[in-house]
Amino acid sequence: MSLKKVHDVQPKEFKFTEENLNKVEEILKRYPDKNKKSAVMPFLYLAQKQNNNWIPLAAMKYIANYLSMPYISVYEVATFYTMYNLAPVGKYFVQVCTTSPCLIRGADKIVKICKEKISPNENEISKKGSCSWMEVECLGACVNGPMMQINNDYYEDLNEKNTKEILESLIKDKPLKSGSYRGRKNTAPEKKQTINGENHA
Amino acid sequence: MPKIIINEKEIEFEKGMTVLQACELADVEIPRFCYHEKLSIAGNCRMCLVEMEKSAKPIASCAMPAAEGMKIKTNTAFVEKARKGVMEFLLANHPLDCPVCDQGGECDLQDQSLYYGVDKSRFVENKRQVKEKYMGPLIKTQMTRCIHCTRCVRFATEVAGVPEIGAVGRGENMEITTYLEKSMESELSANVIDLCPVGALTSKPYAFEARPWELKKTESIDVMDAVGSNIRVDTYNWEVKRILPRLNNEINEEWISDKTRYSCDGLLKQRLDVPYVKKDNKFQKVSWDEAIEVISKKIKETKPEEIAGHVGDMVNLENALGFKKLFKFMKSDNLEFREKKFYINTEEKMNYIFNSSIKGIEESDLILLVGSNPRHEATILNARIRKSYVKKNIPIYSIGNPGDLTYNYKIIGNRTDEIKKIVNKEGEFYEKFLLAKKPLFIIGESALELKSGKYIFEELKNFLRLNNLIREDWNALNVLVQNASTTGLIDLDIISNRKGDFDFFENLNLGKFKFLFLLGSDNLEIKKNNEFIVYQGSHGDRGAEIADVILPSATYTEQNGLYENLEGRVQECKKASYPIGEAKEDWKIFNSILERLGSKDDILKFGNLRNESLSLIKNFSKINELPKFKFNKSKKDTSEFISEEIFIKNLDYYFSNSISRSSKTMSECRQIRQKLKKTGTNN
Repeated sequence: MSLKKVHDVQPKEFKFTEENLNKVEEILKRYPDKNKKSAVMPFLYLAQKQNNNWIPLAAMKYIANYLSMPYISVYEVATFYTMYNLAPVGKYFVQVCTTSPCLIRGADKIVKICKEKISPNENEISKKGSCSWMEVECLGACVNGPMMQINNDYYEDLNEKNTKEILESLIKDKPLKSGSYRGRKNTAPEKKQTINGENHA
Repeated sequence: MPKIIINEKEIEFEKGMTVLQACELADVEIPRFCYHEKLSIAGNCRMCLVEMEKSAKPIASCAMPAAEGMKIKTNTAFVEKARKGVMEFLLANHPLDCPVCDQGGECDLQDQSLYYGVDKSRFVENKRQVKEKYMGPLIKTQMTRCIHCTRCVRFATEVAGVPEIGAVGRGENMEITTYLEKSMESELSANVIDLCPVGALTSKPYAFEARPWELKKTESIDVMDAVGSNIRVDTYNWEVKRILPRLNNEINEEWISDKTRYSCDGLLKQRLDVPYVKKDNKFQKVSWDEAIEVISKKIKETKPEEIAGHVGDMVNLENALGFKKLFKFMKSDNLEFREKKFYINTEEKMNYIFNSSIKGIEESDLILLVGSNPRHEATILNARIRKSYVKKNIPIYSIGNPGDLTYNYKIIGNRTDEIKKIVNKEGEFYEKFLLAKKPLFIIGESALELKSGKYIFEELKNFLRLNNLIREDWNALNVLVQNASTTGLIDLDIISNRKGDFDFFENLNLGKFKFLFLLGSDNLEIKKNNEFIVYQGSHGDRGAEIADVILPSATYTEQNGLYENLEGRVQECKKASYPIGEAKEDWKIFNSILERLGSKDDILKFGNLRNESLSLIKNFSKINELPKFKFNKSKKDTSEFISEEIFIKNLDYYFSNSISRSSKTMSECRQIRQKLKKTGTNN
């Protein structure tokens, strides 16, 4: 992971939508008035969701003014956490887990395919503009490694072949379904095993 | 008092102290980077590790509160190993560029690595590289050297009140930067250079100028504003290389303003080095003899009542007294120091000083600003107000709009009517002032300059007097003057309004003066008619422009002298360098004029001038101390109420005197500030 940089091209203005404004007021109720800046993280998350999965500077300023805190404090928070994107990402945002368990199971091959299919570098939007990918730390699905997260869904138990298929489906804008690609249900064992005559599912 | 055992020595400490502070009481030095007495505790550098009994791990002494019966050891092998480990990590990414680093020789990391550094590095990976950051014209950055102590971040947020510096990213990629690399919008910004324990933030104007051990250090006093910050002047040969703050908790604590620190390059530019006389509308270099001859001839031609003198903003007591004596010899008493017509009641000392004292601001529980912008008029004093505001969240009110002061305040109104209301106990605010135990009224020059200046001052004083807020233990009456020389010059009675009018200014405008002697005075507005003007000063500035004869003299770093700050505290400014070219100290020039005029008994001697000026200072106690409290409960002067707007004059902060106007650094700062104002990037 390298230092996150803000994008060169920034929209001039940002405002929460009517719907998000209601959510924002809901969030503010969780914190006492003098500590309202605690709400900065859910606010940033909302802003990211509203703005095609990335946070522009204008949104940071907007949030800073909303919570009456200095710009730099919001900026610090946004650069600290890796799940805030400070530059545009693809419509399909592929996050490949490369922490040890997934790596042992072949995450490096998936990264290689991403480089071929989407873009040669991390955080680069693909030529057709629909995808981008990045390496991330453990996503907590170690049992199903190697795996990747595409937008909000987990694609698990991958190998080179079905990774290619999934990525191609993204490029065609017809994403395959999420879940295990070896036919597992969640983290259940692949084959039914009997120990001492009992089923262990 | 609770006791703590440090290295088997029992020490009493005050409740609320940290282990590190207790160790200091025991004369045990603890190495540190992030801890600083005047800032909040961060505890992130881990250099101050000590061993505590019953703790398996070493503890960070700066963040650990000291408790009764704690047993601390600081000199064991365990402690040394822990600190060596921390130091090794700090040095892992710190570049080995001390030979080209400006901090070299006064670097905390350099000093401490002498004791805790390991001679060989076990770090074989690539060193971290960080891009330089732009932080304005004063601060040079080399962020690869940064060890992330966050002192600068805490200073900007807590003391300066401009939360613009922060740490972005995390872990190995953490970087210190200003928001989007803008210059810091503070008058105290350069203090982060002193705070930085390594060479990450260094002084831009001083870059590669000199090494600290080559410089001669002179402890002196600042004259850029009336606060009288204690400074250290560093000189290389005769050149003033830099100015640093000196610790004085009564006045400036550990900070100085940017103007104090960086006007010093103006001491080398635009200097007057030889006497000039205007011949055929052109200045021509002449000898001292000739220049003095021209002046004395003119003086002899002119009637005493047509001779007038104006004393400038940075003149010390001795020179001002010498000037007065010169005028006494010429039988003229048309002397004035004010640049604008502001009201001053010279009857009592308390009428023109900051009675609560700068340190007293911390005790107060309510502040009322009347026509004053302390941020620009007295930056260090404003930092104290902010400190009080941050610590105790005291309510601050203002009459007139001073703009951003780095803390929140409430504007009561913009007209003098508000003062009338308070004095007559009407409206909603007067009660608050009376309920406060230690309120503070700060009256600025902008208010005293008004037609109702007299009314504002006398009525507010009377209000405080009637409500017993002028006492020996607390005096709420404060006048905030802007120039370093002002308070002293009032004590020396170099002022023309004995009757409360503005004779000097009227006569000046009417052209009654035929001979005008400007002593370092550049801010006086003069429409030149046919006066003969002598300018004696250090810089070719506004005063020299209109002069007929120019006499070059020394600046505040080039002569000894006393200055009285706005609290009435007399401090000594010391000679750090020599006057440039043929320039002389002011009192020596008066002597040559006196001699030429034929005086035999009045020859001035510096020692006598100093003693006499000290004897003239009202309520004087001691040098470097506050004046004594004396209160003459006389009846107040009645004056007429005029309803008008209190408009706080915008002080051109970076350009307020002849030295700062000559300084390249100050003009850069000014340009950037003006640009920022235009684009309106304020919060």
